[in-house]
Amino acid sequence: MLIVACIKQVPDTTQVQIDPVTNTLIRDGIPFIVNPYDTHALEEALRLKDRFGCRVAAISMGPPNAEATLKKALSLGVDHAILLSDRVFGGADTLATSNVLSAAIRKLNSDVDEVGLVLCGKQTIDGDTAQVGPGIASRLGYQQLTLVDRIVDMNFSGKIIRVSRKLEGRHEIVEAPLPAMLTVVRELNRPRYPKVPMRLAAAEATVEVWNNQVLKLDEQKIGLKGSPTWVSKIFSPDRAVGEILGDGNSDPEGTAEMLIEKLLAKDMLPI
Amino acid sequence: MTPNPTIFTPLLIASLAVFAWGCWKRLSLISLGKPENRFDNIGARVGEMLMYAFGQKRVLAKPFGINHFIIFWSFIILLVANIEFMLHGVFPWISLTKLPDSILLPLLLLLDIASLLALAAVAVAAVRRLISPPYPEARTIEAFFILSLIGILMLAYFGINAAKISRMQEGALVIARTWMPVSSVFAGMFAPAAGATVYSLSWWAHAFALLAFMCYLPHSKHMHILTAIPNCFFRRLDKPNTVPREEFAVGNNFGVSRVDQYSWKDLLDSFSCTECGRCQKVCPASITGKPLNPRAVVHDIKVNLLENAGLLKKGEQPGIPLIGGQGEGSVSEESIWGCTTCGACMEACPVFIEQMPKIIQLRRNLVESEASFPEELLNLFENMEGRSNPWGIAPSERTKWCSQLDVKPFDKNTTEYLFYVGCAGSFDSRNKHVSVAMAQLLDRAGISWGILGKDEKCCGDSVRRLGNEYVFDKMARENVEIFRERGVRKVITQCPHCFSTLKNDYRQYGLELEVIHHSELLRNLVQDGYLKLNGISGDLGAMVFHDSCYLGRHNDVYDAPREVLQAATGTAPKEIGRNRNNAFCCGAGGGRMWMEEHSGERINLTRVKEALEEKPDTICVACPYCLTMFEDGLKDVNADGVKVLDVAEVMAEAALR
Repeated sequence: MLIVACIKQVPDTTQVQIDPVTNTLIRDGIPFIVNPYDTHALEEALRLKDRFGCRVAAISMGPPNAEATLKKALSLGVDHAILLSDRVFGGADTLATSNVLSAAIRKLNSDVDEVGLVLCGKQTIDGDTAQVGPGIASRLGYQQLTLVDRIVDMNFSGKIIRVSRKLEGRHEIVEAPLPAMLTVVRELNRPRYPKVPMRLAAAEATVEVWNNQVLKLDEQKIGLKGSPTWVSKIFSPDRAVGEILGDGNSDPEGTAEMLIEKLLAKDMLPI
Repeated sequence: MTPNPTIFTPLLIASLAVFAWGCWKRLSLISLGKPENRFDNIGARVGEMLMYAFGQKRVLAKPFGINHFIIFWSFIILLVANIEFMLHGVFPWISLTKLPDSILLPLLLLLDIASLLALAAVAVAAVRRLISPPYPEARTIEAFFILSLIGILMLAYFGINAAKISRMQEGALVIARTWMPVSSVFAGMFAPAAGATVYSLSWWAHAFALLAFMCYLPHSKHMHILTAIPNCFFRRLDKPNTVPREEFAVGNNFGVSRVDQYSWKDLLDSFSCTECGRCQKVCPASITGKPLNPRAVVHDIKVNLLENAGLLKKGEQPGIPLIGGQGEGSVSEESIWGCTTCGACMEACPVFIEQMPKIIQLRRNLVESEASFPEELLNLFENMEGRSNPWGIAPSERTKWCSQLDVKPFDKNTTEYLFYVGCAGSFDSRNKHVSVAMAQLLDRAGISWGILGKDEKCCGDSVRRLGNEYVFDKMARENVEIFRERGVRKVITQCPHCFSTLKNDYRQYGLELEVIHHSELLRNLVQDGYLKLNGISGDLGAMVFHDSCYLGRHNDVYDAPREVLQAATGTAPKEIGRNRNNAFCCGAGGGRMWMEEHSGERINLTRVKEALEEKPDTICVACPYCLTMFEDGLKDVNADGVKVLDVAEVMAEAALR
């Protein structure tokens, strides 16, 4: 049984600023990280590996430098790391991306081992659409279980999974047959820290790269050509100018009262 | 029964064999350790050995040290008598009396006095152990057994001589009274007729005590008699404020999880420990009730080595784990994480055992090979690796502290000093005030200085002390590269951790920087007239100064911050009870800044309370971590009226008014 973790290299958004003139992300010198939600997907895959001895593949679609993300996955203990990289994959929206990822998962299923589970982060911190995971599930015909914060029960032989989904104000326990696709939230687990011997081995390992000659997808369904959506503009919304109450030094009680009155007046405090 | 070579000779040979075997069995284990060069600079090493082993300089630093000094030197002097005793026992014609009187008589006087002093010192030691031992566990049967043996040796020595004196004629007696005064007193205690019996009894008591001591010595902490002297010789000649680098290649070990992964010197350390307990009495973790005890760590390394030696020699896995096992021979993970790397233990150890690097080696194994560490460190490690600061704040925010100031970037051709602001000075809201004060003072003094701004990276102190050498190595290489590229030669730091790391740790990467702590620079600027003091910094009230471990103990900077305070306020700061090289850590070093304190009393509270005993209005510090720890501690004890200021802030008040 193979578990596939889909991970994405994203710019460290806390360090990204928007160019006020061109309204585009200033990407120069911005470090890349593994999408934080994906680290939890990867961790859960590795925990299932520790528990059941199944194999784990990490896949990522991106430019050649996204190899670093997969090396990180290798340093954490995945068995296969595959970079899906080709110029024709570039400019993809969530639909085109899920086409490439699901093709790769299909290939893993036929070449490596039967895929039982696909794990994705609930969304990426750069695109924030939360569509790619469900997109993969639809293309592959897998059950989709989103916003998972706990795997309640996992029965590989019986091909049944039961998970807890974290919804607003409640949890939902859902059971589904395998294969299934899960998108996960941060509460699911605490990602492990890589051990140095694994890091060194990962640094020397080569990440397998699959381009479209390997996946053989119709170019009309991938990349920019296969993307019905595109970003027309990106901008920082203007923020209303704030107001400073008090002098930050004297009369903290009086200042607090002023603040409460202001918030009440704006109907921002529940009574 | 008079001395009888036919009985004594086989006993002596057997005892010597047992002694030699015992020593060999143990000391040969040192060769299981990894190689390390401690043979450089032999001249300096001999000097250190003379001063600290034979001169007992550190032993004498504490009240009971004089007692040990007396026993040590008596032993050295009495070696003559004991060698003569053994030779005489085998070959009765050998005797000191063959020496000419001009040598013999002063020698006898010396031996007589040395024996008396040793007897007195042993008695004092026994009483001390009985009434108020250095630490409760020191009251062992072993200790009393050894003290008794030494006492018997001394008494028997007097007995032998007294018996000889009792049989002397009048003329010889006068000489004996002059040159063996103590033995003569003993001679007066029995009738001359009993002389022969006293002689035999004393001789055999001396023989048995000496042989028993010899046989027992290698198996006890008294092994230090043999190992302490070479341990002083092989000490680190520089300050033990760093840990060795690691080589990151596939197949290497990282840190220490097996005792034979330590260096031979670490293993020699474990045999040199006298278990005097001075380290544990200054250790902030031990004192505040944490499981860490530096003496126990060294002892456990020794026990582990002895217990596992057979297996290790055969190349097999050790039976007792070095980390995390139960009982003697294992160091618990909680102990390993308790160390603040303050260096107090190493400063106190009379024989220069290096406890701190041993603990960091264990941390390295836990972090690098096991990825096992307190959970609060996970964020720290990721923040350090990803964003090069402990909080994970975006590097673009590094210059926010100076957004209202005109601060220039460091320029290779025009700037003299790099002001390396450090993470706390850049990001911590309280410590940003110190950075601003420093910037203003530097401008006022007309110094040519600049910053790296967004390109400044964390020095990596915390990750290195926490055993994450892999990440430290990456950070250090990056920083060294930046400094070289930018042509940085002189660096000002306001954080003793940056100071020590840039100055000492980066030297391992071939980078020799002139690093100056802001307290030293400010002192120099005042002394050389660059900073004019327009007014005396007022309303600070009574001041105390707290020494930062990484400034003081680890780098010997004690006077500069005090002189800054003296210059700025007109009065010298008061001293806290424990100060200078004996100062007590604030609790934040060694990466403890980023960890929870689960057991015992909080270290910063202990220190804050100690500082408050001097009734200060202002507590002055020279380290951002100390600043944070004191401010937090003062809040906890509700000492609202007491302020904490960095020396630069005090100076700014005086110089910028």
